[in-house]
Amino acid sequence: MSQILLKIDGKEVGAREGMTILEAAERAGISIPTLCHHEKLEPYGACRICTVEAEIDSRPKLVAACLYPVEPNLVVRTRSEKIDKTRKMILQLLLAHAPDAPALQDLAKEYGADKDRFEKEASFCIHCGLCVRYCAEVKKKNAVGFVDRGTRREIGFIPEISSKECWNCKECFPLCPTSALQAAYVLTEALMTPAISFKPEKEE
Amino acid sequence: MPRINSPAELEELRKGILSKRDPNKSCITLCSGSACHASGSADVALRIEEEIKKQGLSAEVDLRRTGCHGFCERGPIIVIHPEEICYFQIEPKDVPEIFSQTIKEKKVLERLLYTDPITHNKIIHESEIPFYKNQERLVFGSNGNIDPKSIDDYLAIGGYSALAKALSRMTSEQVLKEVKKSNLRGRGGGGFPTGRKWEESRHAPGEIKYVIVNADEGDPGAYMDRSLLEGNPHSILEGLTIGAFAVGSHEGYIYVRQEYPLAVENVTIAIKMAEEVGLLGKNILGSGFDFNVKVHQGAGAFVCGESSALMTALEGRAGEPRPKYIHTAVKGLWDRPSVLNNVETWANVPLIINKGADWFARCGTERSKGTKIFSLVGKITNTGLVEVPMGMTLRDIIYKIGGGIPGGKRFKAVQTGGPSGGCIPEDLLDLEVGFDELTQAGSMMGSGGMIIMDEDTCMVDVARYFLDFLTDESCGKCVPCREGMRQMLKILTNITKGKGREGDLVLLEELSGVAGDASLCALGRSAPNPFLSTLRYFRDEYEAHIQEKRCPALSCKELIAYHIDPDKCQACMICLRKCPSEAISGGKNRIHIIEQEKCTKCGTCFELCPPRFGAVKKISGEPVPFPIPEGERILIRKSKEK
Amino acid sequence: MDKERIDRIIDKHQSEASSLIQVLLEIQSENHWLPKETLERVSEKLQVPFTRIQHIASFYKAFSLVPKGRHEIHLCMGTACHVRGAPRLLDMVQDLTGIKPGETDLDMKFSLETVNCLGCCALGPVMEVNGKTHGKMLPSKTADVLKNYE
Repeated sequence: MSQILLKIDGKEVGAREGMTILEAAERAGISIPTLCHHEKLEPYGACRICTVEAEIDSRPKLVAACLYPVEPNLVVRTRSEKIDKTRKMILQLLLAHAPDAPALQDLAKEYGADKDRFEKEASFCIHCGLCVRYCAEVKKKNAVGFVDRGTRREIGFIPEISSKECWNCKECFPLCPTSALQAAYVLTEALMTPAISFKPEKEE
Repeated sequence: MPRINSPAELEELRKGILSKRDPNKSCITLCSGSACHASGSADVALRIEEEIKKQGLSAEVDLRRTGCHGFCERGPIIVIHPEEICYFQIEPKDVPEIFSQTIKEKKVLERLLYTDPITHNKIIHESEIPFYKNQERLVFGSNGNIDPKSIDDYLAIGGYSALAKALSRMTSEQVLKEVKKSNLRGRGGGGFPTGRKWEESRHAPGEIKYVIVNADEGDPGAYMDRSLLEGNPHSILEGLTIGAFAVGSHEGYIYVRQEYPLAVENVTIAIKMAEEVGLLGKNILGSGFDFNVKVHQGAGAFVCGESSALMTALEGRAGEPRPKYIHTAVKGLWDRPSVLNNVETWANVPLIINKGADWFARCGTERSKGTKIFSLVGKITNTGLVEVPMGMTLRDIIYKIGGGIPGGKRFKAVQTGGPSGGCIPEDLLDLEVGFDELTQAGSMMGSGGMIIMDEDTCMVDVARYFLDFLTDESCGKCVPCREGMRQMLKILTNITKGKGREGDLVLLEELSGVAGDASLCALGRSAPNPFLSTLRYFRDEYEAHIQEKRCPALSCKELIAYHIDPDKCQACMICLRKCPSEAISGGKNRIHIIEQEKCTKCGTCFELCPPRFGAVKKISGEPVPFPIPEGERILIRKSKEK
Repeated sequence: MDKERIDRIIDKHQSEASSLIQVLLEIQSENHWLPKETLERVSEKLQVPFTRIQHIASFYKAFSLVPKGRHEIHLCMGTACHVRGAPRLLDMVQDLTGIKPGETDLDMKFSLETVNCLGCCALGPVMEVNGKTHGKMLPSKTADVLKNYE
């Protein structure tokens, strides 16, 4: 694969074709914040905290670093007034859900985000999808999935699958940037216990 | 029908069809589009058939159920050929008279004609009615003349001749070149140049490529694609096949909303018929070009109108958009090059091939060529579908074609571009419609919804309405859209409820900026437009809501009160009897009073108070006047006094 | 819905995973809702994870995961109907039926849904009951229309 040269924060960076800006930056030791990214998973582009400025057709444009493929001579900035403003607002929106999540608090400090900017929301989940995608892509169990759309979007466990698969796995727990996942899982477990005890386990 | 294997055979077939048709035979075309269907055209059709049978006229009179004629306000519509007598708002009971008078005696029934609202003249022919006269119906015009379920009808008006020309007399490069030269831009939203999209796909690596019709028309208040697909499905198939030839694709999809059952039905029939005669399938017209089309029904998600989300849905998944840093023209459906164009765009293609790019580009503005179909709806006299040359002013569309605002009300704004668009105020009515012109005004062309709003429409509520729509229709994947819209909707809802606070507008603008810059797809990036455009042109309305807790349009329920003017109330008991919450007190000869604590503000009293009394008032931003004392409530009728 | 019927629908679509939405639409149209067992059968036959089916069934508006009432009211909330007073109509329908959009009453008489445009803007505001269009609706006319349904 041919080497692509691009510029990130004024620094000449080499990358392979097919890499994303995020990967190229990481290789060069430049850090870009992420919330929904995981190296074992397909790029997702949902949290938008990795938003950076890339010069496209000599105009600066905000793009998601975790998705944007490197191009020769691409000029990227990972901090600017606009980027910081965007990240700050994204954090404030997320802090309405998970005000106590350490991952968010650290970033909030960095970008001056106010955790009380918006009224608190009922759900902790910030919909990074790490649990859903990890379960599907890495574990191939599909025990947890998304439900509904828009502002009603949630994550949900499939009781029949979770009751068999989850106890011995729980690998998604530490991935969760908030503590929402455990709560949801425990809740589903609790709700499902009576039903499960009547259901004979299938032999596979 | 036998399979046709060459352009010559197609012409033979066409001649055969035409030779069997007697141009002097009476033919009643009846609009059977969804809107006329809802107004009862199916019953009219049955009645006509009955009459033909009863009178033994099947040799003399044909009935043709056609697609939408466009003038939905006046449906059901019939046109009697060859005289082209046009009757509106037909009911089954009118049918016998139409037969005895117009069909047999060739007499025109005055009462069913269109009456010009200004001159009060009766108008016989469609082409003389102002609604039609000022249009240029190149794409939409055939709708009223053909039965969409009959390929013969389409062939009779010259259908598939563009395909024959493309396949036999042009190379695929020439087809592409012609479309590029025409400057046709996508009629579905962004106005991306169609030819460039095709070119990108054509040159993209890969053996398998797709062409797709986007018929997931989700803009509330827009139904031109539906009417085209329902009324002239072959024109879209023809355009799609030509596009496939230019791009080098052999598989096409029509993604159509399941909410449009008639469109699904008609396009499915059209595909089957085209396959039977060999206009789809293997070796089309002997050219060696193979092309097949499948219909895929959308299950109800506005976001699927976005190209990458539509392709995700075609793959059988939840319609979440994908980042388009690599265009779908290169990496689309199943990661293969895919050309997606909207219904109207495809329907323009046969015209361009038949008549040439120069002919097509002769009308329009500098950067927007051809015509555009709009659905002219809302507070407008002539609701319907109108096709106009690009560059016509909003004023001409609204007043010359649309007949202005009904009920003596004052025009306030025209909303274009659906939930991604914006509201354009009165002082910009001379704006010429075109992609860039509308974008510059803070709105956009979108798919062609044009919703007229009058003085009774609250612009803050309009912004809230669209945000409400979008929070429901967003896929919910990315934060700026899902969470940003959630907060914007909350703030706007509060403002319409009188709970707006200082600083709300700044926060809304900030949220708009982030959603506009950082959202994953076009839905999120354009979602702030309804708010931003209303703020730009109607800031005073926002301020009245926030600072004075007043809704200037008297529309926001929480900010208005209903009040009966004691000087005007005639104690007629109508509102009192009909009030669902029994909030009106009074009686015969006793002036009616609304008990504010009981009032749910349903507006029934306002609606039912006879206009000659006009006693029920809406008030906002001021206290409700105290009810007059019990003793003064006896009504003294002025007429009796005299 | 019995297994054979589901299997027949799936076979009709050549058991392709990409036809999943088409299969679900057909089941919805026959059965008026998607029971969990049905979705499990589809998951098994098409080899599609249940999580994905659940996402799809809850993502698209055409699908219902709960049974529907005998009469389905669709209230058009398109922009044209909105500016012509659809919100007041919705308030009235909610008051009369006691249900909100997406709900079915306890007697299983009415289900209420709002839709985004029925394409009959000339007739707005529009209410559709069991597929029959009632155009130019007014809140004051609503009770008269609804009382025809038992």
